[in-house]
Amino acid sequence: MTELTAQPGGPQPDAAPAVAAAPGGLAAESGTEPLLRTEGLTKHFKIGNALSQRTLHAVDEVNLQVGERQIVALAGESGSGKSTIARLLARIYQPTAGEIYFEGRRLSAIRSRADRLRYSGLVPMVFQDPFASINPVFRVSHGVMRGLKLHRPELSREQRYSEAQRMFEVVGLTPAVDVLQRYPHELSGGQRQRVGFAQALVMRPKLILADEPVSMLDVSIRIGLLNLMVQLRDAESVSILYITHDLASARYVADRLIIMYAAMIAESGPVEEVLANPKHPYTQLLLSAVPDPRAPLGVSAETDRGEPPKVIDPAPGCRFRQRCPLAIEVCHSVTPQLQAIGTGHEVACHVAQSGAEVKAF
Amino acid sequence: MSSGAAEPVPAMADTAAGVRRGRFRRRLEAVPGLQATTGATYQPEHPDAILDVRDLSVEYLLDSGTVVAVDRVSFALMPGEFVAIVGESGCGKSTLLFAIAQLLSPPAEIIGGSVTFAGRNMVELTDSALNAIRWKDLSVVMQSAMNALNPVKSIGAQFKDVMRAHGVTARQEIASRSAEVLRMVGIDPIHLDSYPHQLSGGMRQRSMIAMALLFTPELVIMDEPTSALDVVAQRSLMVQIAELKERFGFAVIFVTHDMSLVSHFSDRLMVMYAGQVAELGPTRQLFDSPAHPYTVGLMDAFPSIRGPRRPLSGIPGSPPDLARPPQGCRFAPRCPKVMDRCQADPPGLYQVDGIDVRCFLYEGAVGADRWSKP
Repeated sequence: MTELTAQPGGPQPDAAPAVAAAPGGLAAESGTEPLLRTEGLTKHFKIGNALSQRTLHAVDEVNLQVGERQIVALAGESGSGKSTIARLLARIYQPTAGEIYFEGRRLSAIRSRADRLRYSGLVPMVFQDPFASINPVFRVSHGVMRGLKLHRPELSREQRYSEAQRMFEVVGLTPAVDVLQRYPHELSGGQRQRVGFAQALVMRPKLILADEPVSMLDVSIRIGLLNLMVQLRDAESVSILYITHDLASARYVADRLIIMYAAMIAESGPVEEVLANPKHPYTQLLLSAVPDPRAPLGVSAETDRGEPPKVIDPAPGCRFRQRCPLAIEVCHSVTPQLQAIGTGHEVACHVAQSGAEVKAF
Repeated sequence: MSSGAAEPVPAMADTAAGVRRGRFRRRLEAVPGLQATTGATYQPEHPDAILDVRDLSVEYLLDSGTVVAVDRVSFALMPGEFVAIVGESGCGKSTLLFAIAQLLSPPAEIIGGSVTFAGRNMVELTDSALNAIRWKDLSVVMQSAMNALNPVKSIGAQFKDVMRAHGVTARQEIASRSAEVLRMVGIDPIHLDSYPHQLSGGMRQRSMIAMALLFTPELVIMDEPTSALDVVAQRSLMVQIAELKERFGFAVIFVTHDMSLVSHFSDRLMVMYAGQVAELGPTRQLFDSPAHPYTVGLMDAFPSIRGPRRPLSGIPGSPPDLARPPQGCRFAPRCPKVMDRCQADPPGLYQVDGIDVRCFLYEGAVGADRWSKP
């Protein structure tokens, strides 16, 4: 933040864990406060014309937490509000209601440009499409150097360049000197996505918002980037919010898993716990639909054919009830709230909360 | 549209075919040695195959030179069989599909080989002869139904177009058949009056499949029909395709980049790499004991939702530039089992245990020791 950063000498292979000397926070707060948390985060969009004003509920009453050095996977079908959450956290959208706390400070309290810049440097975003998110007319060094100039103005030109080089090596773009001089079209999709991560990393972030970072990549390339995310968490002490619709990759990288359905959190918890012991019928449906060549052959023809719900002016009640084989009376009138049913394992389902066995799919 | 609705299309006019054939020959002569099959061992001609692709090669003529996107691909498809083609983007799988369906447009051109569908070589057919086959005996379901469907016409109107193009003009018949196929894919016929934007992604993709089934085709070609859907919709569409295939007995060629998706549905699996067949064999066998190092790498690139969590490595490097393919084996630069001769000579397709493998590890070794995963 202040002095010229002594080069930490590249990523140590067996980086010492829990280097707490990360850039100092705005406020030194109690140790229990997670890195980021939201309270009742809500985003509604107005749609329709003056005659038929309707409201699309993109995100409703979401409470989530991301801890230090933690990868949290946010999974759900398209339209469930995952990307909207990322945009709210990146301050691209203003929330309709609710609050985001970063290191214990309310985001809505940010007023000055310096604070705003600092926040976007600490919480950068990596986009889904590596072909559209890098400016094609500049060398790939351009984006990295600009980020450095804006967010770390204390560095000299040479220091910026060596910092960019270091980051390119961290994300596996070697030889960095050579790759920095290339244009985006000279790189493969996987390499471009690594450039995206390097651009985020030079700002010394605490939390990277990765919106489906691997879904456009080929399977043989994908795993390399997932490994990179794990490496960044372990060696660079970054937290990552990994937005995906692929549960298998979420399991591969994440510590915690949040399942979204129709703008609300259906279930959340430690990734192994949620996947091994899913409590929400929708989580069970999702899990049963994941293609798995290692699973025994034999396809149940009894597959859900339901359509994703409309979240335009939703009525109260569980939003999954039309597709849920276990729906009971109360599901039609009362929206279930997220409640803990185990250590760190929360579910929003009336049936599961009543303690009954949930076996929907 | 005089060709009867029930009869097969008459043989194409000789003159028109001659023109096409002439152009075709010229291209062949321009590329000497392309017909040679480099020691490949293929199954004998299948007289009862519905589709027989033989040494099919497709080239893109670009300013910067030529790119052979599909390089001497051969396979046969039995009636009612489900063959999946998997590979990375740019491996030529979609080009191969388009070549089979004769949908290539410049700068892509078929430069060799044949596509025999129901006894006729599609490569030499005239456009009008192809028109009579399309939708009727062979239909194609495109990757993005949003782009394949006409946004300003209702679903029903688009169904009507297809049927009228094939000589079905009775309004009653069109209406009843359209409703019937929509019901087959699980959509309420009320949506015949709907426009594509009023349907969800899964419904659009299903209505494309319904359109493909308006006549009872013998072959349905699908190009990543599920890639725009999320897992739940994807699963239900796959199950539906399998059910319809059971019921009507059509053959399916299914292109995808996600091999786990087809693991439970396809009879045979073709793995393509850099324009060539890397491995072709029964799906189960390929999953249980993949032979080609590339297939092994692909299998190892999928994290699993079950079993122990273990670190995966994927495949290092990236696919070759097809404008300048490696001299020897095209997978050699990324291969963990690379040998000296892989750098110099291109391997042929060798047969091991009923699987075709393009890898020197299996050369001349019938029933040789399987290279197993570490």
